[in-house]
Amino acid sequence: MLNAKIPAGPLETKWSKYKSTVKLVNPANKRKLEIIVVGTGLAGASAAASLGELGYKVKVFCFQDSARRAHSIAAQGGINAAKNYQNDGDSVFRLFYDTVKGGDYRAREGNVYRLSEVSGNIIDQCVAQGVPFAREYGGLLSNRSFGGTQVQRTFYAAGQTGQQLLLGAYSALERQVALGTVKQYTRHEMLEVVKIDGKARGIIARNLTTGKLERHFGHAVLICSGGYGNVFFLSTNAMGSNVTAAWKAHKAGAFFGNPCFTQIHPTCIPVSGDHQSKLTLMSESLRNDGRIWVPKKKDDQRKATDIPEEERDYYLERRYPAFGNLVPRDVASRAAKERCDAGYGVGTSKMAVYLDYADAIKRYGTIEAGKRGEENASEEEIIKMGKGVVAEKYGNLFDMYAKITGENPYETPMRIYPAVHYTMGGLWVDYELMTTVPGLYALGEANFSDHGANRLGASALMQGLADGYFVIPYTIGNYLADDIHTKAIPTDHPAFVEAENKVKNTLDTLMNIKGKHSVDHFHKALGKIMWDKCGMARNAKGLEEAIREIQALREEFWKDVRIPGEQNELNPELEKAGRVADFLELGELMCRDALQRNESCGGHFREEYQDAEGEAKRDDENFAFVAAWEYKGPSNFDLHKEKLEFEIVHPTQRSYK
Amino acid sequence: MKLTLKVWRQKNVQDKGRFENYEVSDVSKDMSFLELFDVLNERLINEGKEPIAFDHDCREGICGACSMYINGRAHGPWEQTTTCQLHMRAYNDGDTIVVEPWRAAAFPVIKDLTVDRSAFDRIIQAGGYISVNTGNAVDANAIPIEKHDADMAFAAAACIGCGACVAACKNSSAMLFTSAKVSQLALLPQGHPERTSRAEDMVMQMDKEGFGSCTNTGACEAECPKGISISNIARMNREFFSAGFTS
Ligand SMILES: Cc1cc2nc3c(=O)[nH]c(=O)nc-3n(C[C@H](O)[C@H](O)[C@H](O)COP(=O)(O)OP(=O)(O)OC[C@H]3O[C@@H](n4cnc5c(N)ncnc54)[C@H](O)[C@@H]3O)c2cc1C
Ligand code: SF4
Ligand code: FES
Repeated sequence: MLNAKIPAGPLETKWSKYKSTVKLVNPANKRKLEIIVVGTGLAGASAAASLGELGYKVKVFCFQDSARRAHSIAAQGGINAAKNYQNDGDSVFRLFYDTVKGGDYRAREGNVYRLSEVSGNIIDQCVAQGVPFAREYGGLLSNRSFGGTQVQRTFYAAGQTGQQLLLGAYSALERQVALGTVKQYTRHEMLEVVKIDGKARGIIARNLTTGKLERHFGHAVLICSGGYGNVFFLSTNAMGSNVTAAWKAHKAGAFFGNPCFTQIHPTCIPVSGDHQSKLTLMSESLRNDGRIWVPKKKDDQRKATDIPEEERDYYLERRYPAFGNLVPRDVASRAAKERCDAGYGVGTSKMAVYLDYADAIKRYGTIEAGKRGEENASEEEIIKMGKGVVAEKYGNLFDMYAKITGENPYETPMRIYPAVHYTMGGLWVDYELMTTVPGLYALGEANFSDHGANRLGASALMQGLADGYFVIPYTIGNYLADDIHTKAIPTDHPAFVEAENKVKNTLDTLMNIKGKHSVDHFHKALGKIMWDKCGMARNAKGLEEAIREIQALREEFWKDVRIPGEQNELNPELEKAGRVADFLELGELMCRDALQRNESCGGHFREEYQDAEGEAKRDDENFAFVAAWEYKGPSNFDLHKEKLEFEIVHPTQRSYK
Repeated sequence: MKLTLKVWRQKNVQDKGRFENYEVSDVSKDMSFLELFDVLNERLINEGKEPIAFDHDCREGICGACSMYINGRAHGPWEQTTTCQLHMRAYNDGDTIVVEPWRAAAFPVIKDLTVDRSAFDRIIQAGGYISVNTGNAVDANAIPIEKHDADMAFAAAACIGCGACVAACKNSSAMLFTSAKVSQLALLPQGHPERTSRAEDMVMQMDKEGFGSCTNTGACEAECPKGISISNIARMNREFFSAGFTS
């Protein structure tokens, strides 16, 4: 059994007690300690800036041309915090409770409680930095509600919350760069962890502009490299999002936690053709007012607006009368898949359902007419007013939909379909965010996270910033306090030489294959296997097939991939090849993890484990654990378990009927 | 659709560079502009040629990475739209499309359509922040901010740092980018303690990087994918001059 090092004592005092008893590093020593941060998303930028402020010598890396472009920039909806500004009964405990329940009881109570505790500080910190959150007329902060909760605790900046939070963290980071405490390496990709005497002591990075390999020493290394949803090829993640940094850490000894826990978001713009390169999210907030339906008749060719009311199946409202269109993400996604698989899908691909705003437009129009005292307004005028209200609330999303599809969502229902969005799995970390390799930490989406088997909306931004601003600055001291006598290790140390050679060999091998197929060819093939067999619904037979297919594909990749250009220059194909090579290993582990978990929980739905009505059946007796995998060699992984203890929140079956 | 692409190819910063022509057929109107490049690149790879290098990441119009100068316009023909959000519906069968990188002395070409925009990071380093350490910030609602000011600050903060304003400007000025950050922070009470030095330091860095001066042509505002208003430049000028008086 793995030990997560959760402090003893009551839930409410674990973190404060930890903070007041943890070892400290004095300022003079901090100046001599070097920390490497891989990633400049919310987790990496906040960690690097905060550690720089504390006086550590920090080096920070990202593969984009600027730290500000990390994938966190794309987050739309908002960030949760238990501020109770709305006086609607929110509290640290409620946020904690909702998160543990929303995660289908597969998260750690101690971690989640700490996350809820610091959530309020995050908002304070961001406002102090000048993050322009939405405000009310009185000048105070505004909140909205999100799925899986009954209070309004989501802070937001229009549909660009991630952008504003990241620019806040980025500005704090650039300030440290100007002050000289942080050195920034953009267009750099970390390709190996360097270990000396069992401890993480640095990285090998490739300068993506020149192709040169560089050695960097650190007393500790932080992996803040984001999620791995792109293993499915098509996802809502940015094109460059990848698992490489986390996977290299895994192969260097860090256990990988719950790799099969993937979040498939119900409302995304569907695939339009073979050219599709990524999928676009339509914010969860749209389910507040939109109604989801498919025709009652199979293969109905009529236009949506020509299908009369009584011939529409509002299947979420039908199946889940209590929650209707607002069931959690995993439930909504599976229900859409069920209808499409049964032959009721819409659009040319038949892999889509309608998200309809006609009713909302009428409803808002009537309210608006009432407000304006125009009781006798015509239907036409009501619709016009209704469209105005909807535009004010969701205008930017409707515009985006129109740009991508060429259809007008005010006139005709939107077509939507689930898409891969977030990975709850990641590097296993203990309470201090340290992996199983001493001195190697993982923060943000890259760790196996506090979200259990399903993440609630607006909780990833909260976790990334909690890890970076408020957790790591304390916990890293506990490790480094014992390391103050370690002088910076020169990078001609054999461990650095060896690690660099390893990277060099891999790059040489890739370049020399000179095969027939592009990297994307393999990536798409992998994505299809993953989506079909390790996606929204999984079963043992499919997973076993997938494992064999991935192994075969991997072999083909290493024989037949074609990478044009040279190594010593900007070479996007070579970058992609390295990432896909790692995805081809990770994909197999995800399938193995899904195969061993003989239950359905959160985003992990095993077809064998459902009740007569098709609802997920969890197995707390046998599976209330974190699956932490140890890398033993190609296709060889050992399973370790961390038992989850629920002292406060007692697991029950989630029901939304 | 069938299209002719004239694309700028340049091996590296030393290379002189040239246009190359590519015929692309089977273009679907549903493709994004970058997906057109994906399809072309896939073909080039299969033909044993080098694909075209271009910056991109989010493909949702928010990261600011994509940066193509299309038929003489930064980010192409659609108003307030980044290259990645531009879709092929904008074109007709038989069209010729000329694609170049951002051109500015402060944005040297790295390869093909990829340029070095690190000068923007250095402008932010010069003062685009509020000096507050992580830790004990006051309660977020302790400082009420008038909604109008908060909304204006947000509108300025929406800049994605793409550099289209520089590419569109005949002087390669970075005034719109710089003023968006200066404005955001000037509009918020949190930003006031440093406002005198901020405008001065950021403008000084801008000059040092080799961006040109502003002659009020308004090209930047017209091409900005996020609708950043040119009124931010006026606000920065006011900040700058009041800085001159006090320092
Ligand atoms: C479309 C979309 C909308 C979302 N909306 C919300 C929302 O409203 N609310 C919410 O809470 N969450 C949301 N999420 C989830 C949330 O945005 C992410 O989980 C979170 O931003 C991840 O932050 P991060 O810091 O862990 O990683 P990222 O932001 O992904 O950053 C990763 C960093 O690591 C770097 N990196 C990666 N690999 C390497 C390497 N090998 N070498 C060097 N650098 C490397 C990258 O350059 C980057 O800087 C959304 C996600 C998506 C896709
Ligand atoms: S001001 Fe507009 S054009 Fe200039 S960098 Fe910002 S978003 Fe791009
Ligand atoms: S790729 Fe991110 S803005 Fe275009």
